[in-house]
Amino acid sequence: MNIANILARKGSMAVTVRPEQSIRDALALLARHNIGALIAVEGDHPVGILSERDIVREAAHNELFFARVVADLMTRDVITGQPHDDLPSVAHTMTERRIRHLPVVDQGRLIGMVSIGDIVKAQRDHYQGEVDTLQTQLLADEDGRPR
Amino acid sequence: MTPGTGTAERPLRVAIIGAGPTGFYTADHLLRNAQVVVEVDLFDRLPTPYGLVRLGVAPDHQKIKFVTNAFDKVAANPRFRFYGGVEFGKDVTLADLKAHYHQIVYCTGAQTDRRMGIPGEDLSGSHPATEFVAWYNGHPDYRDCTFDLTQERVAVVGVGNVAVDVVRILCRTPGELAKTDIADYALDALKRSRVKEVYLLGRRGPAQAAFTNPEVKELGELADADVTARPEEVELDPLSRAAVERGQDRATQKKVEILKAYARRQPAGKSRRLTLRFLVSPVELIGDDAGGVAALRLVRNELYATSTGALQPRATDQFENLPVGLVFRSVGYRGVPLPGVPFNKDWSVVLNDKGRVLDPDTKQPIVGEYTAGWIKRGPTGVIGTNKPDAAETVECMFEDVARHAVLEPRHPEATAAEALVRQRQPNFFSYADWLKLDAIEVSRGRAQGRPRVKFTSIDEMLAALGR
Repeated sequence: MNIANILARKGSMAVTVRPEQSIRDALALLARHNIGALIAVEGDHPVGILSERDIVREAAHNELFFARVVADLMTRDVITGQPHDDLPSVAHTMTERRIRHLPVVDQGRLIGMVSIGDIVKAQRDHYQGEVDTLQTQLLADEDGRPR
Repeated sequence: MTPGTGTAERPLRVAIIGAGPTGFYTADHLLRNAQVVVEVDLFDRLPTPYGLVRLGVAPDHQKIKFVTNAFDKVAANPRFRFYGGVEFGKDVTLADLKAHYHQIVYCTGAQTDRRMGIPGEDLSGSHPATEFVAWYNGHPDYRDCTFDLTQERVAVVGVGNVAVDVVRILCRTPGELAKTDIADYALDALKRSRVKEVYLLGRRGPAQAAFTNPEVKELGELADADVTARPEEVELDPLSRAAVERGQDRATQKKVEILKAYARRQPAGKSRRLTLRFLVSPVELIGDDAGGVAALRLVRNELYATSTGALQPRATDQFENLPVGLVFRSVGYRGVPLPGVPFNKDWSVVLNDKGRVLDPDTKQPIVGEYTAGWIKRGPTGVIGTNKPDAAETVECMFEDVARHAVLEPRHPEATAAEALVRQRQPNFFSYADWLKLDAIEVSRGRAQGRPRVKFTSIDEMLAALGR
């Protein structure tokens, strides 16, 4: 399984924000879409990622954080994925680098985002499916015949 | 929604399009619900149920087909009906279904193959592997296909389970095949096969090959075909070795060991030879004077790590010509759009969010339309992977029932739906019809020591039912 299979059943694109927008705007977007991170874009090119963690870190020492802009708080060194990246590799990298959101780009163009939750769910379904298929075959040895 | 929908008096009526594994898993999850009374009508354009379990899974892998026992249990539910031989978009339209059902679920799978996109792909002698698979499995639409099995040298492009099935069937002896439920005409054609050299071509290395260890072991146990590999191609490159070690990936380590053993093996003088190749991609099919295939031009690949650490192939400047007269491509399946249903061209799936079909303009869910399986997420995973996938869709369906966001059909009665089907396709096949055909197939098979002898044309099936 790869990233494309996750994007295929996520109807919406990644939610984006412009670097010059305020943190107030960004919080409104996070709340409205019920998500944990926004991708900062210039055109359709990702230039940074702003997660709820980034905002919490700022809010802890700056009461006026609302007025700051996305560019001030976002992480610029963004790790991106490609549609054909396989899930075990992606899961490994996200766990090791402690990333919870991975923007997906195809030929430099932002085409979506996958979260660590998406990856966990896809892998769980994958393993569940394998277990189910193996169980069916084992049980069939006892009481079934193929049709 | 009319109050009281989902009760014994007024059941929630659901149409499922596509009677493959996902269609049955979806029906199962719907019928198991304790709160809502659901009636399921399962449509398929073919007379027979089970989709790729009957027409895709290889005939020498009968155990995988045991899953149909679970599907038959679903079909035995009195609130389940099967309408075989009824095609969505032709015999019944979306408008028809909206007039008869509260919810519609598309489970049509990935019905076509991906192309390689290289010159010469359409030469005669170059085929999608899926056509060969449908042919040897007795798919009524593919029974008249022909493949030039007088060729001695064959290449199969891809290392997924379809590719492995195809090389195995090509390498099996008539005796081995005669014990399976392979279509009779395919058995005859394969008995006359002159194939001697078979190549399986992977674009990445052995560690990335999608085939499973049991599948690769089976290739080493063929009655009359020697299996081999090139030592330099099964040796792991540093990137793959690091990935396997850090993931403590025992299964992949074992796979590489098996392949290395194949590379060391001395040929036992069997009539056929199967060569497993890695790190090569076809760049062109070279034709002969008659418009057939003479050779595959291959480029050697090397692997590189993407920013997430996934290993992908990159062409080098080393080329070779592999003389072959027959080529099967198996580089992936692809979904096809359904008439009137929003399609996501990027991934070749129905446009959806967790199984809810979306309006392409507003990206909001369309009331009453859903999708599950390969046409929802793309062709990936084993048969059982579609069970949790169908569960996700069914969860959305019941959420929408609770919000009263369902269609309001003018004729929400099972009898009205059946009358519609009868009018549009008088020769439809019920599940009882299928069970009769199944019993005949199995008894014909018993006489020959085979799991079954399949019906492969609709006329034959109608005749067997006395229609």
